[in-house]
Amino acid sequence: MTATTDVAGKPRVSPWNDPGKRALLIQIILLVVFAILAYEIVQNTLANLRSRNISSGFDFLSKSSGFDIIQSLVPYSSNSSYGRALFVGFLNTLLISAVSIVAATIIGFVMGIMRLSKNWLVARVATLYIEIFRNIPLLLWIFIFYSAVLKPLPGPREALTIFDSFFLSNRGLMMPRPLFGDGAWLGGVGFLLALVACWLVARGAKARQLQTGETFPVLWTSIALIIGLPLIGFALVGFPIHWEYPVLQGFNFGGGIAVIPEFMALFLALSIYTGTYIAESVRAGIMAVSHGQTEAALALGLRPGRVLRLVVVPQAMRVIIPPLASTYLSLTKNSSLAVAIGYPDLVAAGGTVLNQTGQAIEVVGIWMVVYLSLSLLTSGFMNWFNARMRLVER
Amino acid sequence: MKGKLLSCVFGFGLALTATGAMAGTLDDVKAKGFVQCGVSQGLPGFSNPDSQNNWTGMDVDFCRAVASAIFNDPSKVKFTPLSAKERFTALQSGEVDLLSRNTTWTMSRDTSLGLKFAGVMYYDGQGFMVKKGLGVNTALGLNGASVCTNTGTTTELNLADFFKANNMQYQVVAIENSDETLKAYDEGRCDVFTTDQSGLYAERLKVKNPDEHIILPEIISKEPLGPVVRQGDDAWFNVVKWTYYALLNAEELGVTQANVDEMKSSTNPEIKRLLGVPNEDGSGAGFGVGIGLDDAWAYQIIKNGGNYAEIFERNVGESTPLKIARGKNALWNKGGLQYAPPIR
Amino acid sequence: MAADPANLAYVRTEEAPLLPPPANEAGVRGWLIKNLFSSPLNSLLTILVGAFLIWLIWDTVKWGLFDAVWTGENREACTGEGVGACWPLIWDKFPQWMYGFYPIDQRWRPNLVFLIGGAALIPMLIPSVGGKLWNAMFLLIFFPLITIILLSGGHVNFLAQTYAAVIALLLLAAVIVPIAAFGLEDGLQRNRPGIILAAAALLVWLGGFLVDTPSISIGFARVNALPFFSMLLAFLAGVVSLKVALADNSGAGRSALKGWALIAGGLLLAMLLLDIDFGLEPVETSQWGGLLVTLVVAVTGIVASLPIGILLALGRRSKMPVVRMFSIVFIEIWRGVPLITVLFMSSVMLPLFLPEGVNFDKLLRALVGVALFSSAYMAEVVRAGLQAIPRGQYEGAQALGLSYWQMMAKIILPQALKISIPNIVGNFISLFKDTTLVSIIGIFDLLGIVQAGLRDANWASAASAPTGYFTVALIFWVFCFGMSRYSMFIERRLATGHKR
Repeated sequence: MTATTDVAGKPRVSPWNDPGKRALLIQIILLVVFAILAYEIVQNTLANLRSRNISSGFDFLSKSSGFDIIQSLVPYSSNSSYGRALFVGFLNTLLISAVSIVAATIIGFVMGIMRLSKNWLVARVATLYIEIFRNIPLLLWIFIFYSAVLKPLPGPREALTIFDSFFLSNRGLMMPRPLFGDGAWLGGVGFLLALVACWLVARGAKARQLQTGETFPVLWTSIALIIGLPLIGFALVGFPIHWEYPVLQGFNFGGGIAVIPEFMALFLALSIYTGTYIAESVRAGIMAVSHGQTEAALALGLRPGRVLRLVVVPQAMRVIIPPLASTYLSLTKNSSLAVAIGYPDLVAAGGTVLNQTGQAIEVVGIWMVVYLSLSLLTSGFMNWFNARMRLVER
Repeated sequence: MKGKLLSCVFGFGLALTATGAMAGTLDDVKAKGFVQCGVSQGLPGFSNPDSQNNWTGMDVDFCRAVASAIFNDPSKVKFTPLSAKERFTALQSGEVDLLSRNTTWTMSRDTSLGLKFAGVMYYDGQGFMVKKGLGVNTALGLNGASVCTNTGTTTELNLADFFKANNMQYQVVAIENSDETLKAYDEGRCDVFTTDQSGLYAERLKVKNPDEHIILPEIISKEPLGPVVRQGDDAWFNVVKWTYYALLNAEELGVTQANVDEMKSSTNPEIKRLLGVPNEDGSGAGFGVGIGLDDAWAYQIIKNGGNYAEIFERNVGESTPLKIARGKNALWNKGGLQYAPPIR
Repeated sequence: MAADPANLAYVRTEEAPLLPPPANEAGVRGWLIKNLFSSPLNSLLTILVGAFLIWLIWDTVKWGLFDAVWTGENREACTGEGVGACWPLIWDKFPQWMYGFYPIDQRWRPNLVFLIGGAALIPMLIPSVGGKLWNAMFLLIFFPLITIILLSGGHVNFLAQTYAAVIALLLLAAVIVPIAAFGLEDGLQRNRPGIILAAAALLVWLGGFLVDTPSISIGFARVNALPFFSMLLAFLAGVVSLKVALADNSGAGRSALKGWALIAGGLLLAMLLLDIDFGLEPVETSQWGGLLVTLVVAVTGIVASLPIGILLALGRRSKMPVVRMFSIVFIEIWRGVPLITVLFMSSVMLPLFLPEGVNFDKLLRALVGVALFSSAYMAEVVRAGLQAIPRGQYEGAQALGLSYWQMMAKIILPQALKISIPNIVGNFISLFKDTTLVSIIGIFDLLGIVQAGLRDANWASAASAPTGYFTVALIFWVFCFGMSRYSMFIERRLATGHKR
């Protein structure tokens, strides 16, 4: 490009060649194009809604839903509103995600470490697990586990049982439900106290180890505290706790807590499938810790288990956490596949609402907003956690 | 030109697909040369594809009847299998011209979804199927049962109403895909499978051991199933509605696929009007022309596919595996509810 | 010290024979001890895991081979007690799993597509075979065209308006030809009338959005006035610009013109090809199914996501705030929501966005959803690659005076894409697995058709579901495992010491 030079000798750049102005022009054009597109879509949608006589707005959320949901964490019946149905679905999404995240993390860490085991067979088995489970679509796994959960289990009348309080049948796993009487709050207080005590113990143990080098069995103490203190609390008021046992009534079990087969299938599929991804991140993280660290720790006389726990894993965590965050996010999003087997998560419940009201835009909008904010929250939390882990670096 | 930008942007996509209702649906259908008909994804007796994708069933035959009325060719129809969730959007957006997919006529669908029901092809009601081994004979004995149903249907709502009204507990397993729902029932996930009673007979054929399942006598809801069109297109609505009435009138007048040609020379003025036999002065009967079709429209319908009774018997009647009796679907003069206004 | 070495009894005169290594460290035994039984705990693990593995393998083999039923006509064959796999189900259903409801006498068409695709893909995947550019061009441009024509039957009947609109757009684009040929300054100077006409066309067209104009008759059809005028102006602008380019004798004008003609001609040719009636029986997409649909969805997603993803990645790293913001919002929205909601959106919401009378085929709608979804993921992969390129590469390119696009196309992207290949393939794998989700919105992909087939009363037996799932899982596994192995192979091959 030749810049024309005017008489005074000062280079005069034409607006076309000024990168700043050119960038401005491009952006303005882009904005206009997007504005037209958005205008067009809104116009079309409004026109379509009008011509098809479809009502719009969020008024439907307060109307009574008229359908039932198989699993809800808050009271819900067919008299409840559509809004509550969506809320029930949302809670179910959170439940399945949280439980599966915990299980997937455990499976992933175990398998990731197994894959690096010196035992050839163990390493191969971990590889086999990873290669099999991650190369087959999750949806297929969900179907497979659903039919694997349903097929071999007996009907409710021939349910497998432990102590007549746990029942396993093709209607799910039934467990006794604790009912708390008066004074049960003391147990809760005990639990809170135990948490505080654990924190103090951990701090004290760390300080002691820094000063004297002696270790303190923090884990065992904590477990004892968390079990013991609430128990003492309950004991003080004479155990005001009752168990509501599941009982076979006619066709099904009544009472107790029911874990429905859809939940079990989804939980198994999600945690085992996602576990492969976590295992790979764990493996990569551990391999990223230089071998010298392990050797130095061994040279100091630490036992292999401690080397892993005190030297390798803490350093590996820094590499593991970022991919772990995105794995958790995708697990949460993948839980929406629940719709395929009828677990009432947000998408499944929303789908029913969508169907009964016909208000596609509103329902899809709710889905998107909820999942987007879950994503943003998770990544925000993970960034914070990541930053904390980074601080340890010296 | 408002609303044309996207058409330009998606020019290729647009051109790849059939373009829908620019003008009236009837003109549109005539222009493109076929009727795009939304049907269910597979319900024996109503709309069911074989492995060659040949469709059979009452809903399908109704689509063919409409095609016969317009083109005198029952093959000029294309079927779009739709799930319960998609069906209304597909009709509203013009993806299909006509929804003939065992859809229940309800007030909210008729008024707030921009739809219009053209008639009741089949009077149905929701029923229950249970395993014989449970020893249940009445729906009132289902307290505490788990029930498998297809999500996004009126069935789900009726179910809640029924159990609530009778003060009974239940557990609902609502699944998106109707095949999956039946599979869950068959594998013992539920005690009860519920859908429209006609559907129950059809679905019973699909379980592993049909003889081990019984259909309970109770009917817990009114389910008038019929073809649906978009609101605000009266010409097309008339064509669909009168195709249905022509099927009924033909049965009432005894005009069948076999005798329709000889019936043309019948002296009965009602039959003459139905079949569009020209008046003695040679002028047309005018009924078909009046709704934008040929005067022989009803003749074409009957000639190509038979009257209502023939369609019924062929697809769901006593001679088929479904073995459904006419019952409420008999003509009004035979104790049923099917009644068509006269052609005159 | 004159000791006679011969008298020193302890001095060896020859090498001692080599002893075999200790039995515990060599051979099979050594390997076993080192790798399987190095400690009591390890031994225990080995035994437990080994027992589990043997049980698993034995059960699978027993189920798949010894207890399996190999022949039969219907469910009767597989209803017995203790029956393993029900293979006759697979023999019976396999064609349907491949083609869905594609008409039987037309199945040579998908076969031909598979054949052409395979024949073009294999040399593409073998690094030592030359002609990659032509091969890629064929795969990305001609192969999709052939596929559309073969599978759908072609003969799409474009409207006259569509042709007019495309030609108008192409001619409008021709305004750039003189600029490309003579540089910005000179090109603008020479083609002033063309630019003014084009701007007028755009303004008139925009005006068409704001005011409704009466339609006028142009002899054979009635059209809306403003858009029609805008189209006329676009035609004029194009003709003027082309004339300017032609008038030059330096050759630059002609070469730019050639480029434009190639693109315009190619586009029109493609449209014509799609429009021509080859006498193929039309097959609607609702009749496609099985592996065919799975591959169509996956390949479309892959082919569409790469260019869109690259553009988005560049946009996200752009210095222009508006561009960057749009890219970030787009990427984060698609990455933040589950694919299934995207598919529901495309199946129930997209129709509401389109003007009345414009419909998309259901499969096409799902394809749009999948392509947008996967391009957001692709964008992040490419961005990671871009970030890994040392700053010096950018600075070097800029120092040579390359423009932004030259720098990207010739220096940065080739390197960035090369190091991203493993991740891109990883993305393809997850996209391939995600295609199964279309079965939820009622498109019969491989998983969907298997599910439907398992409901067939003819084959309903306890053995049918495990057999069907096992087989379809095996198919998916072979594809995904193959892809991941290929990506590892490429990674090793391309490792040219870029690790820093």
